[in-house]
Amino acid sequence: MKISKDKLISIYSTMVKIRLFEERVSDLYAKGLIPGLAHLYIGEEAIATGVCSDLREDDYITSTHRGHGHVIAKGADLKYMMAELFGRKAGYCKGKGGSMHIADMDIGILGANGIAGGGLPIAVGAALSSKWRGTDQVTVCFFGDGASNNGTFHESLNLASLHKLPVIFVCENNLYGISVSQQMHQPIKDIAIRATSYDMHGDVVDGNDVIAVYEVASRAIRRARAGEGPTLIECKTYRLRGHHEGDPNLGSRYRTKEEIEDWKKKDPIRRLANRLISEKIVTKKKLETLRNQLLKVVEEAVDFANGAEFPPIEELYKDVYVGEDKKK
Amino acid sequence: MREITYAQAINEALRECMREDERIILLGEDIGKYGGIFQVTAGLLDEFGPKRVIDTPISEAGFVGASVGAALTGMRPVVEIMFIDFTTVCMDMIINQMAKMHYMFGGRGTVPMVLRVNIGAGRGAAAQHSQSFHNFFMHIPGLYVVVPSTPYDAKGLMIEAINNDNPVIFVEHKKLYAEKGPVPEESYSIPFGQAEIKREGKDLTIVATSAMTLRSLKAAQEIAGQGIEAEVIDLRTLTPLDKETVLNSVKKTGRLIVADESHKTCGVAAEISAFVAEEAIYYLNSPIVRVCSPDTPVPFSPPLEKAFIPDEQDILTAIRRVMEYS
Repeated sequence: MKISKDKLISIYSTMVKIRLFEERVSDLYAKGLIPGLAHLYIGEEAIATGVCSDLREDDYITSTHRGHGHVIAKGADLKYMMAELFGRKAGYCKGKGGSMHIADMDIGILGANGIAGGGLPIAVGAALSSKWRGTDQVTVCFFGDGASNNGTFHESLNLASLHKLPVIFVCENNLYGISVSQQMHQPIKDIAIRATSYDMHGDVVDGNDVIAVYEVASRAIRRARAGEGPTLIECKTYRLRGHHEGDPNLGSRYRTKEEIEDWKKKDPIRRLANRLISEKIVTKKKLETLRNQLLKVVEEAVDFANGAEFPPIEELYKDVYVGEDKKK
Repeated sequence: MREITYAQAINEALRECMREDERIILLGEDIGKYGGIFQVTAGLLDEFGPKRVIDTPISEAGFVGASVGAALTGMRPVVEIMFIDFTTVCMDMIINQMAKMHYMFGGRGTVPMVLRVNIGAGRGAAAQHSQSFHNFFMHIPGLYVVVPSTPYDAKGLMIEAINNDNPVIFVEHKKLYAEKGPVPEESYSIPFGQAEIKREGKDLTIVATSAMTLRSLKAAQEIAGQGIEAEVIDLRTLTPLDKETVLNSVKKTGRLIVADESHKTCGVAAEISAFVAEEAIYYLNSPIVRVCSPDTPVPFSPPLEKAFIPDEQDILTAIRRVMEYS
């Protein structure tokens, strides 16, 4: 597959944007400036980026508790994201959702989801809806290896294949459901083989190789758009941080330091950077410039969030019902 | 006016709405050729075809969740859950997804869908097909909960539910499906949050839901022969709750019985009793009495099941009790 230089640069930028955003979140979290929970995607950026790089703005995604990467790759604005993480009224959800519930219907983000496996049936419904409405929109459903053991995974794959729906199930297999390793939570190595049970196409791809992800996802998206049905793509990857910020020593209660170091060598951003430089597509300097520009964007987002107001207390009672503000 | 059954009234509401709005689709188990286990969707597959009347696999979490996704993206699904008992296998989709999205996303996105369920024992179906836990849904902000007692209310409230932009739990009653009553042929809707005084009376107030309304009316008629006039209020919707109609009646009569088929502990009647105690306790001349299902699973054996179901005899006992106080 021939990928244009502009596309490659855009893919690189998106991955770096996710990384820098989250590194800043990690830092702010450690300083106690962000309340609640933060589940970081650091190390898995190639998946959201590779998949979303071939989506249109009107395509849909459903995301997970580890969702910052998905929504950034789908086009979310860092300012409103950061404000949401800070719990401010200017955030995507007026500060009422936080890190795990970022949504923007205008660009097809049907919401990150705090329930493992919760997004799968919702993605199927969005795909049913575009089929009913006669559009060629596709839906991408992100979820993890842990969620692949939930009943909703099986119910959703069955429904999607039965009705040949335009949905792409993207399993981010980072080898752990919180602390429980894949070999302790399921008897198979390749989750993609479960596609066979539902007469669906299944692929396994190196989830730390953004170009490989992009190619596999593009084929699945093309098939879905053409009405040829769903695909299950399993991306093998690893989270370089703990389950959440605050998981001691990057999750080394249940992972060895050697394993974490090994995976750091497979960092998807460095891999793409090396390739772009060695194939003389861009210079190291150009990548450095790009990174600095994105650092500025992240800092602007932090400034925006810091300067934004908290929601007024009346906001507690609003948005419970459409067209009615619930009174105390 | 012509009379049709409660099941036919709901069927008619679905049909009329589907003719007017092609975004309305039906999903559920055996709702197509079979017409639904209680025949509520009978004939709709023939008129609207399999694209709009969809028989689903036995995957409640799958198809309720899919309806949430469809509703978020422009459709208006009406979903049948064969028995309210089966909502337990898709509670995440109902409670964590359907009910919360509008709030959790700060007002971005709406989930206009109706989840049809049915309650009520009395068919010898035992503990997993006879429950009445509609009270669960009253506890969850973000859901509207509708409990019609007559064919007229069932049609009007269903049309309102379908046209509402919020998720609605529409609670039908198995023992009411065959009950007949006058229903206009034309389309009409009944606003949520308006209880109806089904019988006026000055001596005591019975606040009732669903089939308990009919049982309360029978009891009220019987006790009228002894010169006691009971006022019977049918709540019609649990959320929103028409507190005003209840409070006005209690202030007038000074006595309150709450008749609802969920279990007594933490049931609908507990909530009604609590808010009346909070807001009108000094108007009461007697203790509040609840007539509910006992705190046991629904038994199979006919005499046990009969003893389980709160009926007009239980309501008459309650009436005599509140009338002991002057």
